[in-house]
Amino acid sequence: MKIREIKDLLQAEIVCGEDQLDREVISACCSDMMSDVLAYVKDQGVLLTGLVNAQTIRTAGMMDMVCIVFVRDKRPTDSMIELAQECGIVLMYTALRAYEASGRLYHAGLGRSTSHE
Amino acid sequence: MNEPIRFHFDVDGENFSSAGEASVTVKKRLRQLGYPPDVIRKVSVAMYEGEINMVIHAHGGEADIEVGKSEIVIILRDKGPGIANVDLAMQEGYSTARDNIRALGFGAGMGLPNMKKYTDSMHIDTEVGVGTTITMKVLL
Ligand SMILES: Nc1ncnc2c1ncn2[C@@H]1O[C@H](COP(=O)(O)OP(=O)(O)OP(=O)(O)O)[C@@H](O)[C@H]1O
Ligand SMILES: [Mg+2]
Repeated sequence: MKIREIKDLLQAEIVCGEDQLDREVISACCSDMMSDVLAYVKDQGVLLTGLVNAQTIRTAGMMDMVCIVFVRDKRPTDSMIELAQECGIVLMYTALRAYEASGRLYHAGLGRSTSHE
Repeated sequence: MNEPIRFHFDVDGENFSSAGEASVTVKKRLRQLGYPPDVIRKVSVAMYEGEINMVIHAHGGEADIEVGKSEIVIILRDKGPGIANVDLAMQEGYSTARDNIRALGFGAGMGLPNMKKYTDSMHIDTEVGVGTTITMKVLL
């Protein structure tokens, strides 16, 4: 799934990385706990989260994730945006809550082949 | 490359917003040095978890990275409270973090297990009231 499709499915607003919307995403993870995010190696991932601080960006960067979606209309600060740009991560926010945002992406087929069993 | 390449960082325990900066820098340097992405991810994630732990549990500390021929060694030293029961601390889900730390996205009790998972060896040397030194190795 392209980042552009994520934006459309979640009716999200792009904060930075407008030029990278054609990048491909193949996995997703939804959590407010960063060590949970770090526990699972998945490539070309998107992170859905309600946590808005510098560690959100650094955590995604550590995992080479390509996109972060902030749920419940949470907006990153300027210094977070700068960090994301350095790491080449697309930031967007949606009014949806984590549950619905995840559900929409899952329903559209994102990350379904990776089983959690 | 005969001499190992070394990086040293002082990790500030007073300023949470900078927590993880040293690990981001190490990741950048290893990329410049041309190491494979999976090696870089292992080293940087393990160091990042340890760096955050030093900030939230131990009032900061020091990080030393040695990039050798056959392995990368990560040493994290702090003069924090120490870990009373290492076996317990290593269990997934065990955390002494309070709500104020959870609100910052940490305290799931996954950090130490992640450090073990992403490295080829990990040794914890700790004494209550004195501090903790964690040595991790990732083989090249
Ligand atoms: N450097 C340290 N000094 C003192 N205690 C530590 C240190 N590192 C870890 N601990 C103790 O070990 C526990 C488990 O650490 P671990 O990193 O697994 O989880 P956490 O930091 O509480 O949560 P998470 O890493 O998931 O955000 C901590 O809650 C803390 O009590
Ligand atoms: Mg931790």
